[in-house]
Amino acid sequence: MSVSIPNMNFLLAAPEIFLLIMTCVIMLVDLYSSAEKREGRLLFLSIFTLLVFTMRLAVDSYYEPNVFARYAFNGMFVVDGMAVILKAAIAIAVAMVIIYSRAYLVARNMFTGEFILLILFATLGMMIMVSANHFVTLYLGLELLALSSYAMVALNRDSVTSSEAAMKYFILGALASGLLLYGLSMVYGATGSLDVAKVAKVIDYSRANDPLVTFGLVFVVAGLAFKLGVVPFHMWVPDVYHGAPTPMTLFIGSAPKIAAFGFIMRILADSMGGAVADWQDMLVILAALSLALGNIIAIAQTNLKRMLAYSTISHMGFLLLGILAGTKNGYSSGMFYIITYVLMTLAAFGMIMLLSRAGFEADNLDDFKGLNQRSPWYAFLMLIVMFSMAGIPPFLGFWAKLAVLEGALNAGYTWLVVFAVLMSVIGAFYYLRIVKLMYFDEPTDNSPIVAAAGFRGLLATNALALLVLGLFPGLLMTACLNAIQRSL
Amino acid sequence: MQSSSITLSLTIWVPILAGVLTLFLNSERQKDSARWVALIGSILGLAVAIPLWTGFDNASSAMQFVERTSWVSRFNINYALGVDGISMLFVLLNSFTTILVVIAAWEVIQDKVSQYLAAFLIMSGLINGVFAATDAILFYLFFEAMLIPMFLIIGVWGGPRRVYAAVKFFLYTLLGSLLMLAALIYLYNVTNGSFDISDYHRVPLGMTAQTLLFFAFFASFSVKVPMWPVHTWLPDAHVEAPTGGSVILAAITLKIGAYGFLRFNLPIAPDASHALAGFMITLSLIAVVYIGFVALAQTDMKKLVAYSSISHMGFVTLGFFIFNAQGMEGGLVQMVSHGFISAAMFLCIGVLYDRVHSREISAYGGVVNTMPKFAFFAVLFGMANSGLPATSGFVGEFMVILGAMKVNFWFAFAAAITLILGAAYTLWMVKRVVFGDIANDDVRALKDLNGREMLFLSILAIAVLVMGIWPQPFTDVMHSSVDALLKHVATGKLN
Repeated sequence: MSVSIPNMNFLLAAPEIFLLIMTCVIMLVDLYSSAEKREGRLLFLSIFTLLVFTMRLAVDSYYEPNVFARYAFNGMFVVDGMAVILKAAIAIAVAMVIIYSRAYLVARNMFTGEFILLILFATLGMMIMVSANHFVTLYLGLELLALSSYAMVALNRDSVTSSEAAMKYFILGALASGLLLYGLSMVYGATGSLDVAKVAKVIDYSRANDPLVTFGLVFVVAGLAFKLGVVPFHMWVPDVYHGAPTPMTLFIGSAPKIAAFGFIMRILADSMGGAVADWQDMLVILAALSLALGNIIAIAQTNLKRMLAYSTISHMGFLLLGILAGTKNGYSSGMFYIITYVLMTLAAFGMIMLLSRAGFEADNLDDFKGLNQRSPWYAFLMLIVMFSMAGIPPFLGFWAKLAVLEGALNAGYTWLVVFAVLMSVIGAFYYLRIVKLMYFDEPTDNSPIVAAAGFRGLLATNALALLVLGLFPGLLMTACLNAIQRSL
Repeated sequence: MQSSSITLSLTIWVPILAGVLTLFLNSERQKDSARWVALIGSILGLAVAIPLWTGFDNASSAMQFVERTSWVSRFNINYALGVDGISMLFVLLNSFTTILVVIAAWEVIQDKVSQYLAAFLIMSGLINGVFAATDAILFYLFFEAMLIPMFLIIGVWGGPRRVYAAVKFFLYTLLGSLLMLAALIYLYNVTNGSFDISDYHRVPLGMTAQTLLFFAFFASFSVKVPMWPVHTWLPDAHVEAPTGGSVILAAITLKIGAYGFLRFNLPIAPDASHALAGFMITLSLIAVVYIGFVALAQTDMKKLVAYSSISHMGFVTLGFFIFNAQGMEGGLVQMVSHGFISAAMFLCIGVLYDRVHSREISAYGGVVNTMPKFAFFAVLFGMANSGLPATSGFVGEFMVILGAMKVNFWFAFAAAITLILGAAYTLWMVKRVVFGDIANDDVRALKDLNGREMLFLSILAIAVLVMGIWPQPFTDVMHSSVDALLKHVATGKLN
């Protein structure tokens, strides 16, 4: 499948190198800027960096559209169709996080250099995860992301809940990393390599039924499940979502999920595709549990962030439906699902941030009461987001669900599909409740909704994208399918 | 039939665009412009649908006014539209009813006018899409998207228990339709990647698969019809919905369920349909007879008409599952006729409700003394609802009973009971509300119909009478499609 070229091929990693350099530049700029100029410079530089990064990827794939996979650093780093799309999605998502968070953080004196630095280092980690072709590179990327995220959750030093959330996140995250490493060491023992392509070769030809591989796989899947936040490894998700400052929740809930998808693809599909029968069963259990628990417990939540945390758990269950199919169609459905999911999450949290003001968090469900009377436009946007999350056509969320359900049904899991469908009816209830609050109830708070033009424009684009892409989902679906077909 | 017609697209998108336009006229002083835009939009919606009637080829059972464009190539989903004799009438009925709803809302709705009208216009377009789609996913998309405006209509402008009713309505229908989605994906795999409904009609299926598919579709459509025992959302939704919402629910969305049986259950699972016909007929007869008795016991006018709708829809499903042309055409005629009559009944109740703000039968009495014109219409539609000959209500019921008689005397007998029951509950209600002495001061203060109300009730009265006296054009349209469907169902798929 791959030939490692004895060539460092630095140019292939130019976007990542650029990201690293710019992050360091931003660190210096932050140091030498006066207080009043700092905010503008940080914002400009970070967005500029991410946009250039995306442009570079776009230009690259425009000039070499049909390349299957290219390797750098002696085969430890790979750029293929999947990596390009996932990286672009990550960069755009992170840029959106920064724009959404700005006003919120400025009002709370938290829009500092540390925030930008941590978020950019985390981004770098994600890029490496997505492009890694070696277990060590994968792990490096993962830890860069994880360590930055722990610090981000704790960024609001004076908040007890934030510190508690950071602590939980760190301990459970470290445990997950440990499990993952342990599992990977088993795989190393069985196959004698840490290189994704070589492991794949060995497993394909001789070791698919090796108990050592299966044993290692259990730990690997457990570690991945921790990172993804699927049941029964989900305990950290609600607390971290709830406890972290909203922009950090938004960050954790969005771009890293894309990276986690790439990570899972590299480990399960790329390197252990030969042992699909082994991990498929595990994913079935994880998916079924996540769908049930995420949807049912979300009903009982009164805090919107906590509700979205459980909703994330159920969405990850859906994502697994696509991956566990173990086919290219299934993988590409998963990829489509994760991008859709991130787009929806960004819009939902953008909405929370819109309604928040200095000294006031709009993260309770009741804060959405009567939004239609305060502003029909924002209520409409939130309606799109909620129905999209519930999987009601014609919004994008429907197509994502359709794609993964098709993948799972094609793999023969009819009962699981029916189960997922029943669970998503339960899920629809709590999304509907928000629509109900917005449209059927009287507002309790009539303060005007103010936001910068950039924020409003982005939020509207974000939410309307769910409708427009829902009407024309073909492009994104085909892009995902092509990317996966060229990558595996 | 590969023509480049855009008639069907127009019937879908003209109302939706008009709705979006209305949505933007949302300030207090734009209320009137919102109303006019909505009215013009709905009239245009009907106007673009007229060619469906004039250009329709009665002799053909194939899809007509076909449109087909690739939409999502990844899943081979097409934007494919077409109507046959079964679906064409409902596109017209829906476009027609939308105008009535807009007129009926004119002065009555004062709160969030533009959103109210926009919701109805958008829904009208979506419903046309449901009837016109020949691609399963496109059908599903319209089918589900329709829930969103209806949910808002019930929840925002409805009565006191509107939230409960709206959520119940949404979740009931969603559960059914998601099971249908699973069935569609299954069929997609069986047909090697096609979402074309006509491919599903052709693909051979074993008995187990057919039975499972039948129940998946049944879950979706029986909730929509609604059939006993999954009918409980309907009285709640009807009672709490604003008048326009009740009209659209009764006149149109219930028909979607019955239409689904014809488009999916019967042709895709013909053998299972035969095997389960007894089951379906039993449920239908329970709806006809038992729900008829339930209607008799109601004290709330809207609830009474809601139960009467369930009972009448029982007739429709009965007609479908006795597998002969009379029954099936009778069912279809009954659907159209019920569309007119139930719309008229709900509009009549709306007229009273706007004046007195009560739906209780006991709050009225002797309305004829103060509202003679209204009394005329109430009695006329009451008669039509109980199936008096020369009204449209008679034609469908009579055909279904004739068809049932061919199959089994007792089916026909049980179905015929409803003629008595229907007369009993409808006329008894009319008697209590309209006739007698003036019951109270509210009734004494009633003003008779104004020009706007006269307008929409007269239009419906004409429709009811024309269809009752001369049903031939309606049955002519559906004849060849029904024959083709019955032939297909009789052939079966087992081999």
